[in-house]
Amino acid sequence: MASRAAKERCDAGYGVGDTGLSVYLDFQDAIGNQGKNAIQDKYGNLFEMYEKITGINPYTQPMRIYPAGHYTMGGLWVDYNLMTTIEGLYAIGESNFSDHGANRLGASSLMQCSGDGYFILPNTIGDYLSADIRTGSIPTNGKEFEEAEEEVRERIQSIMNVGGKQTASSFHKRFGKLMWDYCGMRRDAEGLKKGLELLDQLEEEFWDNICVPGTTGELNQELEKALKVADFFEVGRLMCEDALQREESCGAHFREEHQTETGEAKRDDANFAFVAAWEYRGPKARPILHKEALKFEAVELKERSYK
Amino acid sequence: MDFTLKIWRQKNAEAKGSFQTYPLREVSPEMSLLEMLDYLNTQLIESGKEPVAFEQDCREGICGSCGLYVNGRPHGPARNTTTCELHMREFTDGETIVIEPWRAKAFPLIKDLVVDRSSFELIMLAGGFISINTGGAAEANSLPVSKINSDRSFAAATCIGCGACVAACKNSSAMLFAAAKIAQYALIPQGRTEARERVENMVRQMDDEGFGFCSNTYGCEFDCPKGISIDFIALMNREFFSAKVCGHKKTSD
Repeated sequence: MASRAAKERCDAGYGVGDTGLSVYLDFQDAIGNQGKNAIQDKYGNLFEMYEKITGINPYTQPMRIYPAGHYTMGGLWVDYNLMTTIEGLYAIGESNFSDHGANRLGASSLMQCSGDGYFILPNTIGDYLSADIRTGSIPTNGKEFEEAEEEVRERIQSIMNVGGKQTASSFHKRFGKLMWDYCGMRRDAEGLKKGLELLDQLEEEFWDNICVPGTTGELNQELEKALKVADFFEVGRLMCEDALQREESCGAHFREEHQTETGEAKRDDANFAFVAAWEYRGPKARPILHKEALKFEAVELKERSYK
Repeated sequence: MDFTLKIWRQKNAEAKGSFQTYPLREVSPEMSLLEMLDYLNTQLIESGKEPVAFEQDCREGICGSCGLYVNGRPHGPARNTTTCELHMREFTDGETIVIEPWRAKAFPLIKDLVVDRSSFELIMLAGGFISINTGGAAEANSLPVSKINSDRSFAAATCIGCGACVAACKNSSAMLFAAAKIAQYALIPQGRTEARERVENMVRQMDDEGFGFCSNTYGCEFDCPKGISIDFIALMNREFFSAKVCGHKKTSD
């Protein structure tokens, strides 16, 4: 809620600093009441990091803050053993879908990374490998390998062949801004539909005007970037589609249409107590939604309130 | 701000490299050095030239990917700062900034400012882990750790493996890196079981990779972006000596 409020003030033109994209977080009173040492013990490393980035001492001047997206809040579907729909391919930590609330910061990432890697995977991957232990090494000149290699080679070549004028970073920035504006901390049906349209347009423009210098037979970071950005359009579309079908507010998904009188997220447990698993159907085909019901036995679902 | 950049350009490990000069205008003092390079690269690409290859990932000083030798110092002039956290306000307007890759035999150059740091990975693979089955979480009181040791272990664990210590050393020694990775386990009970073979294996791997010996100039500590103390090298030496003297149970290879 604090993040949404910060963005709302900036959008309304009340932001501070050169860019107008920040609000003040002032520790003056907290330092006055608790003393500098108490604050230093709690937030010392964060304050240090802040000073390093901004060159401003947060003990004497208010901090300037603004929310930023840093995680997609979703990932590859996995079963209880952490295996994806591709047999033998496991996804752990932030690469798989996961359980979290409205925010997902370092601690929840670290928890999942440790939980998956330390406690689950050592017990489950061995089970898979045990059936495969005598298979031996698989030669890479098989039909599947050659097909996969050919497919990647074609994709790389098609990006190199565009010979446009715009850099991958520029498309990346425009993509990010688009997602932030239409599928960000607040979203509504109209905006999401608009976002989907704009994503299609941007993707079209990408394949028409991407510029990748250099060649393919060497380290080519621009090519790496371009290939990543090319994939983002698909992920971005999926995120918009998913946000559009979920007619409720829940966790980080805040739909303007579904909020309480005080501006809190309003869930619809009768219709949306499920995890959305989208089945990939190929590059141009629409994905299919599979609903995995969330069943709560020990606790009952309630409205989240910190009041 | 306006700068003159002298950047090491080299197509690949075999090609001959050289410094190229690039004037760059209207750089914001709020840009990090990497953002300044992004800005330069955009201009290079748009004028049909090849951008400068450099490594980066998190851009918040915790991943250890970025490492550039700036004006003769690993990660540039600011103390306790990675290249991505180095901002242009640290430089003066009109300055000439010289940017080079890490130079060390054990870090072969791949392209421009990118070097291959697999040798660090190999040192880690030689023993930078604890190979016990964890099972359920143990009763915390069964493994007491003193506050002093837990703090020291944590301080060692802040090493991000960027390689600045190697770049700072006249002998291209990786001892600060190896020492930090050995110390983070040596100081806690979970790491004691394999402590002796760990130190032997990691030191052997470090030597095999072609890193030099400690030059005792403290350059590594001075230029380490995480402020890792050279005391850990003393700890590693003690661990190594004790492993050599006391020996250890040979585990099957």
